[in-house]
Amino acid sequence: MPADIVTLVLCGAGLVFFFAGTAGIIRFPDTLTRLHALTKADNVGLGLLITGLAFQAPDWQSVGKLVLIWAMALIAAGTTAQLVARSALQQQDTSQ
Amino acid sequence: MIDGTASDIAATGFDLVLAAMILGAGLFAVTVRDLFGAVVFFIVYGVFVALAWLRLGALDVALTEAALGAGLTGVLLIGAVARLGRRTGTQGTDALSRRSAFSVRSVSQIATMLVSAAVSVALGWAFLSLSDSDGLRAGVAANLDASGVSNPVTAVLINFRGWDTLLESIVLLAALIGLWSLWRDDDWGRRPGLRQHARADGVLAMFGRLLPPFGLLFGVYMVWVGSSLPGGAFQGGTVLAAVWLLMMMAGLMPPPMVTSARIRAVLIAGPLVFLSVGIIGAFAGGFLGLPPAYAKPLILMIEAALTLSIAATLALLVLGPPGGPAMPSGPGDAP
Repeated sequence: MPADIVTLVLCGAGLVFFFAGTAGIIRFPDTLTRLHALTKADNVGLGLLITGLAFQAPDWQSVGKLVLIWAMALIAAGTTAQLVARSALQQQDTSQ
Repeated sequence: MIDGTASDIAATGFDLVLAAMILGAGLFAVTVRDLFGAVVFFIVYGVFVALAWLRLGALDVALTEAALGAGLTGVLLIGAVARLGRRTGTQGTDALSRRSAFSVRSVSQIATMLVSAAVSVALGWAFLSLSDSDGLRAGVAANLDASGVSNPVTAVLINFRGWDTLLESIVLLAALIGLWSLWRDDDWGRRPGLRQHARADGVLAMFGRLLPPFGLLFGVYMVWVGSSLPGGAFQGGTVLAAVWLLMMMAGLMPPPMVTSARIRAVLIAGPLVFLSVGIIGAFAGGFLGLPPAYAKPLILMIEAALTLSIAATLALLVLGPPGGPAMPSGPGDAP
């Protein structure tokens, strides 16, 4: 039962981050600020969700898989954000 | 603890929301104005459909839909949109659809909509008029011991209905040959795909060095585990294709020459092994029939060869024809 409460709190907090990130994508004016909202919020949000779910995992192997998913998503999101940002900067340079 | 009825209501609610989101994503994919947006919604639609398969307990189908339906088809479509954009100018597609709003184009759009609606209604009617039976589930379960594997999906795909899977792998190969036949003659000694501009010390090159070990392990694991758990040649092959594409995009290895005998051997290995096993089986009893005593090693052999062929075929489909300069007659022209 305490584990359920921890899960609810952590996953709830994670959803808040996802909500904020989504609002940022829709509301922020240009690519770089949108990227900022997306990567920061989603990485922390996913981390909170994973931590929350880890309290429901039946064994340590499942926790390991969850952590691996988070690590992979972090690396992929970080790399993609860098690439999108560089492409956006190059487009800015050519349009000016 | 949540009691039974409450969790039932939660599950039904989730399913209803998921169904609404599938319909919404599909609708946006069809109605959104620009092509790139349509592709994005198509990918979102594929992810939702994969979730729906997960909810239905069809893990194998969910994996395939996520890897091939959303992932790989999405990449292919993005590549197609990029090539279309270069051909008609960046604003071309949008301006084109507005200028000829009430012409042959809109008539053909309405006709397409009507045909699609008719197909949907026919499929829905066929589904609803199905008798409420378990299909062949009992038959597969009864003969699972003779199949050599314990995952019923793999048993059906490679053993009981190997015919369909064999034809699927040949269709994939035919698609690649179709793509190759659209290359211009001038391009036929060049490496496929666009020229990559990844910096040797950049993030993409680092990503390309970091991910492949995990990707290779995961792709091979998916094929290996397919005999007892959800997974198989198509899902694992897609992961391996993605790893290969990533290494080429990161500039760590050049795309293969399509004229090389080695890459062509890899491309036909899967269908060839499958067909050979089937023909040998024809002498021993029935075409594509696997003798129960050797079924497991035969299935693993077929799956291994199929995985390599599928990975190579998918990667070469995504790479597409050579792009970039050295094109006298303008980009994207079919000969």
